[in-house]
Amino acid sequence: MRKFITGNHAVAEAVRLCRTQLVAAYPITPQTPIYEKLSDWEAAGELGGHMMRTESEHSAMAACLSASLAGIRTFTATSSQGLALMHEMLHFASGCRTAVVMCCVNRTMAAPWAFWSDQTDSLSQRDTGWIQIYCENNQEALDSVIQAFRVAEQVLLPCMVVIEANFISHFMEPVEVPSQRRVDSFLPQINIPKRFELENPGFAVPVVSQAQYQRYRKLSQEAMAYALEVIEEVDQEFGDTFGRHYGFVEEVGTEGAELVLVTTATITSTARVVIERLRQEGHKIGLVKIRVFRPFPVQTLKKTLDSAPKIAVIDRNISLGREGIFCSELKAGLINASARAHVQGYLAGIGGTNVSPSLIERIVKDALSREDIVDEPIWIAEENSC
Amino acid sequence: MLVQDSAQPEEIMRPGHAACPGCGVAIGMRMVLRALGKRAVVVVVPSCVAVISGPYPHAAFEIPMFHSAFEIAAPTAAAIACALKVQGKDDIPVLTFAGDGGTFDIGLQSLSGAADRNEDFIYVCMDNEAYMNTGIQVSSATPQYAWTGTSPRGNVRGKKQIMEIMAAHRIPYAATACIGFPEDLQMKVKKARTIRGTRFLHLLSPCPTGWKMEEHMAPKVAVAAVETNIFPLYEVVDGLHYTINYVSKSLPVETYLNMQGRFSHLNREEIQAIQLEADRAWAVLKGKTNNKV
Ligand code: SF4
Repeated sequence: MRKFITGNHAVAEAVRLCRTQLVAAYPITPQTPIYEKLSDWEAAGELGGHMMRTESEHSAMAACLSASLAGIRTFTATSSQGLALMHEMLHFASGCRTAVVMCCVNRTMAAPWAFWSDQTDSLSQRDTGWIQIYCENNQEALDSVIQAFRVAEQVLLPCMVVIEANFISHFMEPVEVPSQRRVDSFLPQINIPKRFELENPGFAVPVVSQAQYQRYRKLSQEAMAYALEVIEEVDQEFGDTFGRHYGFVEEVGTEGAELVLVTTATITSTARVVIERLRQEGHKIGLVKIRVFRPFPVQTLKKTLDSAPKIAVIDRNISLGREGIFCSELKAGLINASARAHVQGYLAGIGGTNVSPSLIERIVKDALSREDIVDEPIWIAEENSC
Repeated sequence: MLVQDSAQPEEIMRPGHAACPGCGVAIGMRMVLRALGKRAVVVVVPSCVAVISGPYPHAAFEIPMFHSAFEIAAPTAAAIACALKVQGKDDIPVLTFAGDGGTFDIGLQSLSGAADRNEDFIYVCMDNEAYMNTGIQVSSATPQYAWTGTSPRGNVRGKKQIMEIMAAHRIPYAATACIGFPEDLQMKVKKARTIRGTRFLHLLSPCPTGWKMEEHMAPKVAVAAVETNIFPLYEVVDGLHYTINYVSKSLPVETYLNMQGRFSHLNREEIQAIQLEADRAWAVLKGKTNNKV
């Protein structure tokens, strides 16, 4: 059924359709409407699952990971400070190989206080062992949550579906909401190990030796490699079932392009319009959208970008003291590619500032005319934006 | 009947565990689990409790257990209970052991949240009155004047009133217990088992290492804690109805203090202050009870 809904609402629809058995959550802007929508459905007897209204995000993640170890399907949503508060539990959830799914609505990290889109919150959780998927629009948000459960439950690694504050969370778009029957056939009942069986008593997550710890890390890294396969399979099967698929990355006109723009999330939608126009004007500009950040699809990116002489990465996030995080990751991923491209990093949209078509055009022009690549990121903002 | 029950219990603790010799926490865990029975899931969090449970590949207890994180004993147990319910196994109780640090200090917020929601689990605070697992540092459960590694001149604060805090949540059941009174302890575990919602046991667990006593002293000092009214045995139902389970001999507090090296530096005034506080607290407790003591 086609509905005109916000991204938060789309995520909630997916959580309900996936027959999530435990939702543990705590309010935080701009995630709260997900929590409220699920509560409405619970009150109306339409949710099916159980809701736990914890006293913090930290406890919400504690509850999700514990229930997942017991073998049920769990979900939470958070943003910014709430995600940072969860940090310890994020490591724990992946370390004990749970299948928790979370929606992170990207929001600026304080200080200073702000409520706008900025990816630094989720990207700061890079090393926690979570799968991370960045969505471009409301439809992709809904679809990615459904895919996330399949992936997390098969690989036994938790999965974070990331949407942006306001641009996705609160903007309304037409969204195809699949029927329960079709979601049920795509996502069967959960079947992950149950760690607390009376017939088979074991001590889950005990203290281990140095060598054992190292071995578990290696197993988790292997699981991340396996996740790459599973994400691809699940995405293809999703495409066969629902007619939409996304890939690790999406490329537009990269063939023979003299410059490839690399974007993530909602900036991609604006970039599509700009690229289309510039291409009509005869410029050979391509576009690559990165959707999956962890595991980082190095091989796919190498293949996609190997022939690009110039690459410009736009980041709505910053690792202070370095540059945009997608830019760093991409550079590291391409370092062993046969034809090493020149990669220039741009920072745009930080703090949720607007990334308009003209802003993207400025980036393209700068990148095309630039003789020397600089190692520092180039800040691009609207005139008088501050 | 109770005596017989505890004389022929179902043993869940296997031979061999990682506690110090004579550890009151290990004795307490053994008693609690014998009363609980094998049909249960147990959560432990970082503390001596987790150490006692054994490093991989050893497991001191023959029961499904989970070593969760320090400050989340309550939501961990609550969520496992919820999951078991979803799976149609809601007759399996979930019990969590946490230390005093994990209860009075770092885990208080998550415990309060879970108790406020009246989540369905048994919470057992194994109170050894300091951070013993990290080597004897002061916690908010450490009694006034007691020596610890981070209160070298004696703790300046008094012990936090955790039972009052839990009673204020109006949870269905809260009780104190100690290893010096095994029948009382096991009765309380069994009673807690029959109730649904958040159940809290505050279990005084003497620690020979941290309290600076001989290895055989843990049960004796636990008895002395009760007999001097330092640690009365009582229950609170629904946060309102108080019952004293054992009428003590009201011995002078020195009986208790003199057994422990952590109090050996105390002067007359300090001992007197402890006596006054014990008398006052006992009178207040008696005033709250429904039974005549
Ligand atoms: S330090 Fe104390 S509580 Fe911990 S194991 Fe040793 S005796 Fe037991």
